[in-house]
Amino acid sequence: MTATTPARSRWASLRVGHAALRLERRCLWIGTAGIAASLALAVAALLIGDYPLSPVQAMQALLGTGDDPLATFFVQRQRAPRMLAAWLVGAALAVSGSLFQSVSRNPLGSPDVIGFTTGAATGALVQIVVFDAGPVAVAIGALLGGAGTAALVYLLAWRNGLTGTRLVLVGIGVAVCLQAVNNLLVLRTSLGTAQSAASWLAGSFNATTWDETRLLALAMTALVPAALLLARPLGTLMLGDELAAGLGIRPDRVRTLVVVVSVALVSVATAAAGPIAFVALAAPQIARRLTGTASVGVGTAALTGGALVQASDLVAQRLFAPTQLAVGVVTGTLGGLYLIWLLTREWRRNTR
Amino acid sequence: MSLPKASRTDLETPVRSASVGTARRRGIGLAVAVAVVATGVAVSLAVGSNPIPPARVWEVLVSPDGSFEAIVVQQHRLPRTLLLLVVGAALGVAGALMQSLTRNPLADPGLLGINAGASLAVVTAVAAAGAVGIAVYLWFAFAGAALAAIAVYLLGGSARTSPTPERLALAGVAISMTISSLVQTVILADQNAFNEFRYWVAGSVEGRGFDILLTVCWFIAAGLMLALALAPALNALALGETTGRALGVNVRRTRALAVVAITLLAGAATAAAGPIMFIGLGVPYLARSVCGPDQRWVLPFTMISAPAVVLAADVVARIVLAPAEVPVGVLAALMGGPVFVLIVRRRRIEAL
Repeated sequence: MTATTPARSRWASLRVGHAALRLERRCLWIGTAGIAASLALAVAALLIGDYPLSPVQAMQALLGTGDDPLATFFVQRQRAPRMLAAWLVGAALAVSGSLFQSVSRNPLGSPDVIGFTTGAATGALVQIVVFDAGPVAVAIGALLGGAGTAALVYLLAWRNGLTGTRLVLVGIGVAVCLQAVNNLLVLRTSLGTAQSAASWLAGSFNATTWDETRLLALAMTALVPAALLLARPLGTLMLGDELAAGLGIRPDRVRTLVVVVSVALVSVATAAAGPIAFVALAAPQIARRLTGTASVGVGTAALTGGALVQASDLVAQRLFAPTQLAVGVVTGTLGGLYLIWLLTREWRRNTR
Repeated sequence: MSLPKASRTDLETPVRSASVGTARRRGIGLAVAVAVVATGVAVSLAVGSNPIPPARVWEVLVSPDGSFEAIVVQQHRLPRTLLLLVVGAALGVAGALMQSLTRNPLADPGLLGINAGASLAVVTAVAAAGAVGIAVYLWFAFAGAALAAIAVYLLGGSARTSPTPERLALAGVAISMTISSLVQTVILADQNAFNEFRYWVAGSVEGRGFDILLTVCWFIAAGLMLALALAPALNALALGETTGRALGVNVRRTRALAVVAITLLAGAATAAAGPIMFIGLGVPYLARSVCGPDQRWVLPFTMISAPAVVLAADVVARIVLAPAEVPVGVLAALMGGPVFVLIVRRRRIEAL
């Protein structure tokens, strides 16, 4: 993520001059701030909890040199994987969202628009309501539902090639149908089942262990570089299909790859923590406003998304402790309020 | 159907002069829509869980004799049918206005925070005040929808600058997502609120009588008239803000009035029937693919074809699982979604 930033700023300083150089410096600065914020939140996540620890205790527990077995257990088995999973899920969702917003050229673009989230919810609801299934089966149902819906939307939208607008519109049509199915499933079941479905749909890291986190990390080491590689041709694609094709890019292939990589990213995130709302939509917009660039900004989006979900998970754990909130509820509130604040500030600057 | 004549004043300049083919398509489309609405009204009055022969329905409709059949038709089927007509027209036109205002084919009245605001008001009323029943929700939902719309408008623009389409869409997303998270917080915490909410959110006209109809129809009538009056100005604005201003349109006033009309229409419709999805999104789309982009055609066509879709959905909703009823919102989405996907695949996409 960070490796690309100096390379791009060097390119900008050679070709465009002072104004563009300042823009890239801002990108670098925001990137550094994002890393610092993520690290600070990670440390906080290790220290804060029902069993509070001092930094020294936490460090000893993390390295396994402490003499408090309880602290070692909490830090190594619960807080560390949870903290890491929160960051990874946030980053995955944000990268996926930023790719989607570029390919659909629409600030409302996110994996939701090709029906992934709604399809995942349908899959999970069928498992919960119809089969009364356990958590693993629910996660598998969600994955199948989400990926199946995305594939269906992709196939329906393909017609002598793939345009971003058609993809989004077909996605909305399919998502609307599935949302109706979801409403019906929730309506026609018992109140208790409906409510447990609702709480799964809000997303949570309560049951995250190293197993999920390791899988998540493994998937992301393959997918995030792929996203970074795609960011450049995707940026060229913003110039329009003809021009991009003239510059040696095959538009349909780039769009297909983008859809595949984005859907894979949301899939692993959903499998790990359930469908966490709004990160894919809000994080790229927040990152774009922080850096002040119009580029795809995969790296800054990832940092923003990671920090957003980390912070949300801390709030979800501690705000009404010992009652745990659903992390999706907090991402929506925090992300929404922050986006509102950014928009207000932008407006003030513009009218001054 | 006559062609719109070339401009008498600059304000009435059509976006694109209509060809003969377009005129024929508009004429046929309008005739079909009117026929479907008429059939829908007749079937909606004749079909229900109490089988009454059509001749008898007509008899008790024109001369109520106090019999059981007369009560069923006069007190239940008639207000329900009329409410469906009004709600359908309101949601469709609100959607068309919203898409024209934001120049975004993904926009629907929900983007202005209408559904989220109404939902929050309803769940809060249930959780905090123990409110039950549609007659009580009505005012809460309307007030919530209006407040959310005002918040989105204020965030999207300001006293001095009118909101640009993109800013309005983003402000809508930010505010809707914050409010929806609050809704989720309430329904995850309060079982009673969740139970009421799952029925309300599916969108239904079951058990709505003349009192509900008479409360909302004035707001909707005002909204429809305002919408039709705005059509020429919206046409001019579709050419771009600068061109629109040069053609004599007061940009700020037009946008503010469009938001007022959307709030009246969608707010009242949602208050009366819950959030019925898809009508505001899909029907204007259908209208543009039949009529072209001229809002003087799109708005009236939507006003007639949206009730046709809602009525058809409600008739099917009453018979498909009889004697149980499926909420009309669920069926509108299930029937509308596939049609929408077909349209998107067949036609080239009309730009906004």
